[in-house]
Amino acid sequence: MEQALMLETDVLVIGGGMAGGWAAIAAASAGASVILVDKGYFGTSGVTATAGPGHWWVPPDAELRAKAIRDREARAFGLSERVWMERILDETWRTLPTLAGYYEFPRDATGEIFYRGLRGPEYLRALRRLARDRGVHILDHSPALELLLHGDGSVAGASGIRRQSGHQRWVIRAAGTILATGGCAFLSPLLGSRNNTGDGYLMAAEAGATLSGMEFSSQHTIAAAGTSQTRSAPYAFATFYDASGQDLGPIMAGGDPRMLARLLLKGPVYCSLRRMPSDLRASLHRIQPAFLLPFERQGIDPFEGRFPVTLHGEGTIRGVGGLRIVNDTCETSVPSLFAVGDAATREAVAGATSGGGNQNSAWALTSGQAAGRAVAKLAQRSGRRAAESVRAIGEAGLRPLRNGTAADPREIVGILKEEMLPFEKALFRTGEKLSRSLGVLDRAWHDIRHHLGGGDQIKSREAAALVATARWCTSAALARTESRGMHQRDDAPLLDPAQTHRLIVGGLDTVHVTPEPVRALAEQAA
Amino acid sequence: MIELIVDDRCTRCNICVSVCPTNVLDLVADAKPRIARQEDCQTCFLCELYCQSDAIYVAPQIDQPVAVDETAIVGSGLLGHHRRNAGWDEWATDPNYRNEFWRMGELFARGLGFDPATRRS
Repeated sequence: MEQALMLETDVLVIGGGMAGGWAAIAAASAGASVILVDKGYFGTSGVTATAGPGHWWVPPDAELRAKAIRDREARAFGLSERVWMERILDETWRTLPTLAGYYEFPRDATGEIFYRGLRGPEYLRALRRLARDRGVHILDHSPALELLLHGDGSVAGASGIRRQSGHQRWVIRAAGTILATGGCAFLSPLLGSRNNTGDGYLMAAEAGATLSGMEFSSQHTIAAAGTSQTRSAPYAFATFYDASGQDLGPIMAGGDPRMLARLLLKGPVYCSLRRMPSDLRASLHRIQPAFLLPFERQGIDPFEGRFPVTLHGEGTIRGVGGLRIVNDTCETSVPSLFAVGDAATREAVAGATSGGGNQNSAWALTSGQAAGRAVAKLAQRSGRRAAESVRAIGEAGLRPLRNGTAADPREIVGILKEEMLPFEKALFRTGEKLSRSLGVLDRAWHDIRHHLGGGDQIKSREAAALVATARWCTSAALARTESRGMHQRDDAPLLDPAQTHRLIVGGLDTVHVTPEPVRALAEQAA
Repeated sequence: MIELIVDDRCTRCNICVSVCPTNVLDLVADAKPRIARQEDCQTCFLCELYCQSDAIYVAPQIDQPVAVDETAIVGSGLLGHHRRNAGWDEWATDPNYRNEFWRMGELFARGLGFDPATRRS
């Protein structure tokens, strides 16, 4: 067996998407030594790299910002925190322009530099280059498998595999560890989400962390059927038809996917973008370069012809839920473990409604910066503690309780998708359907705990994380016996004011759900 | 999913092996990379974006492999479209491929029928 790669550093960042990139840059800029590991490649991994994130972007004018926050609070259904909204507006406004020199910000028609929206591939390439220039040590294709704990229960680093270097094991000791592992879309074909299997949630839960808002995990995005192209802006010009050619009317009004989903359950739905004027058709490749690729390659004219559409689940990506954070440095309830971007709950900035590419991007940037700076300070304060003994705490998918017949991760993933992806389960929730799914997922978890491990460790661990995440989402959805924001229950279609609280979920073999009051509500009222 | 690496275009730089976020490709000594785990491809087209020799073809279909004819694909002129449309590398100074991402607001506004200046319909 090849010797493990043993490293120590001040700050370990797990995940190289938007939030992880900003975290690494902030920590290194504060003088810390930083290692960033990514399952894939820091620059193409994650959902930002394939997208074009807009950021919540409001000039520093008290009135404008107050109005922006009020507008957003109206859709947060009582679960947001004004102080966090103010913070992400401020941090984003000050930080994005610091990418100049790495990202070529264009000028708009009026000659103003356009900062608020960036093209994904160029954004992540810029973050990688800036991080490298700040001295961040990058390990690509190095998925983390498990966390390391000190004797006092604080996180001491992580361990994983270098999948392009002979599957060599890596062990990294750090003063603080930042989980930037993204949300989880349950392996739906959502563009860029293949690596987002909930690994960070599972690793954190094994250390004792809890999650929040996991019931807000049912956002869906339109795509041409059979493709991954979930870039939805051009659908502002969509006209929808059924198989007989009947115009279906404004079925995507307000961005709610449920009307389209209902129609898709009955039969194919076709779309034409013929309402897009010719000047926009001719410049669409300059606005969204990848949008037309799938059409071009299938010989489809999306403007003059009609093409079938579908919806792809977003899980906790354009959903809201994630690891619960306990302070303004984005620390989890486990000491020296931090969560940023989609790995953390975004209820504080988005409430019960998707933060889309606005709040979520501003959150990714802000949470990354906050955690990066905090861990750099933590390293100065308490050191790396590299001489202390630690233990690796990964269980499900790594160290099965019993051996015997090994479980097949592909089979488990198949079961998982069948519970989490069909529209009738994801978008039209009822207590009965959720209970039935939870039963299936609990049995899959039992199988994982007893029999999964030994083969492809990365795939096994992904299967375990996916099922763990699904159980937390389903348990929270079952406990929230009302409809609020994106969480819609057909058996409880109204909002229940008595449930204006967070749902904290956690636990592995036994999942528990506990209501928690929204921290800042009292402060807001004062 | 990725279907093709055109051998006589590939320069063996192997950048696609590195940048593929889902580790689909295997490095092969003195040859083009091998499509080793096609089922892990997420059809994100990013390998094409990074391939300066326009040697890669990703089919848009996500569910199953599709048969592709190398001669036809090369002849179609589709290779390299993504890199060109994104204005990367030698296309960076071509005005037809400049970054107009700032027009996203206009796209929504005109599609949904309101005036982008006033944000009212």
